[in-house]
Amino acid sequence: MTTLTFTLKHFPAQRVDMSPLICSKLEGLDANAICAIELQNGKSKVRVDHLFYVTGSNTQDILIANSSNKLDFIGKELDGGSISVQGDAGAYLGLQMKSGSINVSGDAGLYAACEMKNGLLQINGDAGDFLGGALPGNKQGMKGGTVLVKGNVGQRAGDHMRRGQILIEGNVGDYCGSRMLAGTIAVMGNTGRYLGYAMRRGTLLLWNQPQLSSTFNDCGSHTLAFLPILFSSFKSLDSRFADAQAKFDRVRRYGGDMAETGRGEVLVRI
Amino acid sequence: MIINGVTIDKTFAEAFPMKATRAIITAQNEKWAMISAQAMTGFATSVIACGCEAGIERVLSPEETPDGRPGVAIMIYAMGGKGLAKQLETRAGQCVLTSPTSALFAGIEGGKPIPLGKNLRYFGDGFQIAKKIGGKRYWRVPVMDGEFLTEATTGMVDAVGGGNFLVLAESQPQALAACEAAIEEMRKMPNVIMPFPGGVVRSGSKVGSKYASLGASTNDAFCPTLKGVTKTDLSPEIESVMEIVIDGLSKADIDKAMRVGIQAVCDLGAANGIKRISAGNYGGKLGPFHFHLQEIMA
Repeated sequence: MTTLTFTLKHFPAQRVDMSPLICSKLEGLDANAICAIELQNGKSKVRVDHLFYVTGSNTQDILIANSSNKLDFIGKELDGGSISVQGDAGAYLGLQMKSGSINVSGDAGLYAACEMKNGLLQINGDAGDFLGGALPGNKQGMKGGTVLVKGNVGQRAGDHMRRGQILIEGNVGDYCGSRMLAGTIAVMGNTGRYLGYAMRRGTLLLWNQPQLSSTFNDCGSHTLAFLPILFSSFKSLDSRFADAQAKFDRVRRYGGDMAETGRGEVLVRI
Repeated sequence: MIINGVTIDKTFAEAFPMKATRAIITAQNEKWAMISAQAMTGFATSVIACGCEAGIERVLSPEETPDGRPGVAIMIYAMGGKGLAKQLETRAGQCVLTSPTSALFAGIEGGKPIPLGKNLRYFGDGFQIAKKIGGKRYWRVPVMDGEFLTEATTGMVDAVGGGNFLVLAESQPQALAACEAAIEEMRKMPNVIMPFPGGVVRSGSKVGSKYASLGASTNDAFCPTLKGVTKTDLSPEIESVMEIVIDGLSKADIDKAMRVGIQAVCDLGAANGIKRISAGNYGGKLGPFHFHLQEIMA
């Protein structure tokens, strides 16, 4: 069986809800049935074959080619299988995904990996605001799995994050780790202002010294035994995080946010 | 059956089902990993009075441990899962958590999960931090030398305890030398421990006693000083008997360990005063696992 490929015919004028096109929902459908699926496009609904050329038959291995940042909800509630995106992805990429993998060659919009539960989401370009965050009004963001971003990330990365890990090779915007409940965010590049704002628990692992709020207290320099284990878990990733040179176990530890419970930590490589 | 002048009795060792687990202790160097491991497996020779049987399985190189530091694999055996979990947790808390630079990891994947550091985390008084890495949960507990890192659970599996053989020799030094040679070879085998001091028992027991309060007493049939006053199992030239007890994750593991151990004893042979190899059993009525010496050495 060949990869089930959706090639975008033209960039849509309105946003498209791609949530019906996940592996579990397409399993068992023939080509005609897949082409007949209707997608929300702005105010109207359009058939899949009006927007895409559809080829291939392996519903567990999906490719979205010539993709656009107007394609929202790609991989929503993905529960097994893989989705590759050639080009950019819109908002809510991998929303509440449960397992499987998503790989985007370009950029992703707002709320990527929002409330993600498990699996691997890789963005080879940049990601927008609220990466791994919670939907507005919800109290828990990402709850598990791994997000890897090779480019830069917008503001509020990991907002309300509960568990899992977000790995960012580039820079990250303001309020990274804000209101974080637990989990790990690792940033190789620079971080913006208000890092860890109101975080309760969790770890922000940084390669560069951040500009910290006065509500984070210096706990000194330490060698932490869990770091080698954490880095070992990155070995299988297609990332700079997997490089042997990226490993370290000695850090400066800052505890905070002391305006909250103060059980979170910022670890900075030394 | 006679091997190098040593008679292998046509008898069998009788063993029992047990529950077992393995844990990996690491530290800044092998010295401190071993100190912690020795503490954790101390006073654990027999379930009769110790609550469990425990021993050091082997030393691990940094490449073999989860955190890349020198380590030691230990195993604990008990008659039931509840007792095993209690022993594991108590010993981990008093002997590993307390030991400088130590970290503690699961040594068995699969099986039924039992708490390793899951409850030790409360020592952190709220400052403890959980990390789920690669599907495993770890706890980072702040302690005075830095952080105690422990995996939350380890696996408990069905196992076999009480495999054994007896070494009958013309003198005490010869019996001990033969047992030392056996233990040296047996320690190279995976999945087994020999829980008694140095791996050797000199006080083998029989079931029952003339004293009503005792469930076991000295195995007078194998006591050389009683040869003339009891129903002895010893010939006149036997002056000393020592026993090696083996606990293993499976019957096959114990089979292999017994074979290399008995072979090491036989290699010394009659020329070094070793006369017989025998085994302890209860007539086959108590334990479902039987280790027939001649079959093992065939």
